[in-house]
Amino acid sequence: MKLTKSFDRSLWVFHVNAASCNGCDIEIVAALTPRYDVERFGIKLVGTPRHADVLLVTGPVNTQMADRVRRIYEQTPGPKAVLIIGNCGASSGVYYDSYCIQGPFDEFIKKVDPNAIIVYVPGCPIRPEAIIMGVVEAWKALEKLRGEA
Amino acid sequence: MAKAPPYPLMIGPIHPALKEPTMFKFTLEGERVLDADLQPGFNHRGIEYLGMKRNPLQVLHLTERVCGICSAAHQFVFTRAVEHAAVIQPTERADYLRVLIAELERIHSHLLWAGVAGHELGFDSVLYYTWKIREDVQDILEILTGNRVNHSYYIFGGVRRDVSDEGIAKARKILQGYKKLEDTVLNIFLSDPTIAHRTRDVGTLTYDNAIKLCACGPLTRGAGVKKDVRFSWPCAAYGDMKNDFKVVIPSDYGYPNKGDIFSQVVVRLHETFEAIRMCDWVLDNLPKGPITSEPNLSALLMAKLRMAEGEAVARVEAPRGEDIHYVRLKKGKMEIDSWKVRVPTYGNIMSWITMFKDAQIADIPIIIASIDPCIGCMDRVTVVDGDSGKEKVLGMDEIKRLADRRARGWK
Repeated sequence: MKLTKSFDRSLWVFHVNAASCNGCDIEIVAALTPRYDVERFGIKLVGTPRHADVLLVTGPVNTQMADRVRRIYEQTPGPKAVLIIGNCGASSGVYYDSYCIQGPFDEFIKKVDPNAIIVYVPGCPIRPEAIIMGVVEAWKALEKLRGEA
Repeated sequence: MAKAPPYPLMIGPIHPALKEPTMFKFTLEGERVLDADLQPGFNHRGIEYLGMKRNPLQVLHLTERVCGICSAAHQFVFTRAVEHAAVIQPTERADYLRVLIAELERIHSHLLWAGVAGHELGFDSVLYYTWKIREDVQDILEILTGNRVNHSYYIFGGVRRDVSDEGIAKARKILQGYKKLEDTVLNIFLSDPTIAHRTRDVGTLTYDNAIKLCACGPLTRGAGVKKDVRFSWPCAAYGDMKNDFKVVIPSDYGYPNKGDIFSQVVVRLHETFEAIRMCDWVLDNLPKGPITSEPNLSALLMAKLRMAEGEAVARVEAPRGEDIHYVRLKKGKMEIDSWKVRVPTYGNIMSWITMFKDAQIADIPIIIASIDPCIGCMDRVTVVDGDSGKEKVLGMDEIKRLADRRARGWK
């Protein structure tokens, strides 16, 4: 997969709430609004996965959302990155032994696409600065693809 | 032209108008909503089940994660329920600090709602403005508790951290800044023709329906129902301050008690500034003394909580309405024996159905946002048939029938 030159200018993000507790979700909005203001870098929240470069996934994936998150991932055009926001996606967080959680989200997404670019932003909840950091990491990871054929 | 038959419209579970996954089924005739139905369960995480596998101190951290927006309210009500069940008395200073954090959370939650409501109306400048001023209250919360969102501030018998004089001075300065903004914020929301046009007579919940449907929180107060647990069932420091403050309803501020979305804007904004005055009141009257009655955590856990036998219900006014927790503790058992959470959104979702009647499609997002839904709070209950493994939704008749059977001692 080779990226076009115009791709790395700004990343558009789509927010997927996969059974999150809202803590990370409000911090995502806080990152977009004036105090932290990621929109000045061209990072924009879009209304559909088909316009997005990066998926911001919050929460552990529960039974109801598993298939929907998979479909959203497939609808996102490549090259794409997944930002796992918060501890839940990386380890299921405090919900790790619940009956309705489909395992850590990174394992789940690797089953769907083994080559998925996954960036972790740990914290419960994360701080807005960490989200900005995460998007920069995703940007670097996507830039690396340019060297590959 | 032939008349179009009523056609269905599905919104959700993932939709730009929804911040959390839930699904709506609308029946439409042209642009008009004939009927609405709700399918929750997309945010279910099984929290009550998890709670029954952990000890009360561990569950404290789980209660915050019922909902990240009203995390302090859930912890507040859970600590109160366990304190009642285990007979632990919080100190006086802790009671005041608890109310301080709860009111700061109300400020942040209501400003958050005001921004989201502006966004749903397509008025993004309002979103950016309110979220900009909301960051200041997040700063106070960070100074006092150490974290922006999940504070872990409450503990059985008191609170975890004391406030320093320096912290109080900083908090006062920021609160003073809010008081200067009061006129500006009220002017932006209440005098703006766009907001008035989009919210007046939209999504009306009448006084009768508010009572009939057991709605709670600012939603009912917009309809003129004086329902606020802070005043009708005061706990902690609310009892001391109830003569200085009163329930916010629109008619006290010169607006009709219509129950439309505009009334809710009025209620929530005035409540925000009322909460700022409450915080000031708490800081003025903060008593001296210890912040917790049992500083030794292992003694608290092993001697008091493990040996406690009893059950209790506690109620606290969360930003969205009345939050109720039920807790049962068994002697000699480390884990909580039973835990039930009734969150405000659970009481409010039924109001949606009447509010959607005869609304336009374009008004759907603002009506959804208007009750300040917290699906993360609400989605904890799904009925699963143990034999077949199938999920089913129980109607009122079915629940009554099961309740009758249970009352007679059947299974």
